[in-house]
Amino acid sequence: MVLTLKPQTTYTVQSDLMVPTPYRVRGVRRETSDTFTFELESVNGDGFSFLPGQFTMLYLFGVGEVPISISGDPSRPEVLVHTVRAVGTVTRPLCKLKRGDILGVRGPFGSSWPMTEAVGNDLVIVAGGVGLAPLRPAIYHILSHRGEYGRVAVLYGARTPDDMLYKRELAEWRGRFDMQVEVTVDAARPDEWRGNVGVVTTLIPRAHFDPYHVTALVCGPEIMMRFTILELQKRGLRDDQIYISMERNMKCAIGLCGHCQYGPNFVCKDGPVFRFDTVKAIFGKREI
Amino acid sequence: MDTIDRLLAEHPFFQGLDPRYIQLIAECAREVTFKMGEFIFREGDPSNKFWLIRSGKISLEIFAPGRGPIMIETLGEGDVMGWSWAVPPYRKQYDARALELTRALEFDAMCIRGKCDEEPKLGYELFKRFSQIIGQRLQATRLRLLDIYGSHT
Repeated sequence: MVLTLKPQTTYTVQSDLMVPTPYRVRGVRRETSDTFTFELESVNGDGFSFLPGQFTMLYLFGVGEVPISISGDPSRPEVLVHTVRAVGTVTRPLCKLKRGDILGVRGPFGSSWPMTEAVGNDLVIVAGGVGLAPLRPAIYHILSHRGEYGRVAVLYGARTPDDMLYKRELAEWRGRFDMQVEVTVDAARPDEWRGNVGVVTTLIPRAHFDPYHVTALVCGPEIMMRFTILELQKRGLRDDQIYISMERNMKCAIGLCGHCQYGPNFVCKDGPVFRFDTVKAIFGKREI
Repeated sequence: MDTIDRLLAEHPFFQGLDPRYIQLIAECAREVTFKMGEFIFREGDPSNKFWLIRSGKISLEIFAPGRGPIMIETLGEGDVMGWSWAVPPYRKQYDARALELTRALEFDAMCIRGKCDEEPKLGYELFKRFSQIIGQRLQATRLRLLDIYGSHT
């Protein structure tokens, strides 16, 4: 298929990028009251490899398509894992899928966390709410290449203890001797929670890393990311040491339709992961 | 330099403060330990102390009839607890309870206020630092008011 935009400019669109591949639900895990993790396998048996931070388009036949970050282990490409929160017209019915149901998958798409560039550095990973899902593949990657990185701090903020994702894994990671894991919630009752209460930014001063040799990976609501960046800057991080994952209304996922335009970027193609200095001028701007 | 002077000088809250002032403040401080579950103060108590937490964890709580105690914030190593000693009506507005064995430096607020009156520059330095803490807590509260992790649909 050839799409002509201007007389001199032609874009070749690989038609298979627009065609969903059927995947079967292999398993479902309820994470919170409205968030579920799906394990999918290709009906044809051919999975795909992906990089931490990338996303796919999940197509619920007859309903619609949504971009969802991959939250599984990049070293296990045969199983496609997505954590989905039931908040919209597609994700609500999507979260009702059961084992054996079929849905369409396109992808993987987009940029990835800088796992290669961060080699030799400390890492600080700051996640808020379901923002932990796009970061989990990066954590899996770090754990399977642990010797390549320095100190690793995972800082996670959730609304309440019941809204935390991947509780079992967080506990496992926390039990390791080579990783700092700090969790906080916005509100809790003393009889149900003995951990931290407060916003995720309050964890940053407690994280162990060398500000001159650290890479920060940040994902969560945009407001949370804004304040997280301020706090990281207070610790001495430069803008080019901070990476964020942006969320916009992605439709085609290949940089053609323009629904996810973010200043001069398309989030689906140039993002979702951006080095902060490359978007600093437009980040948090009301008009963008 | 005795133990309290040294602990104060090492604490991030007093980083960069003139050693002369550290010595003055140290005269108003003592080391304390709170057992797990122990209440450090209760809502409405006179606010005549504040603390620098050296280790452990403290929960600031408010009791709502019908809902029980609600945790507002937790404070841990390196945090400062209490700023109502600095402004009238000098009353505690929450309950504070140790969630685990907690060690802290406790300051006599009357003594500190006296030192600040004698040495206005010390007062200015202290209030600059406490203003920062108050600002941080206000910002954190505003962020939580936004309920940023809610679904908002």
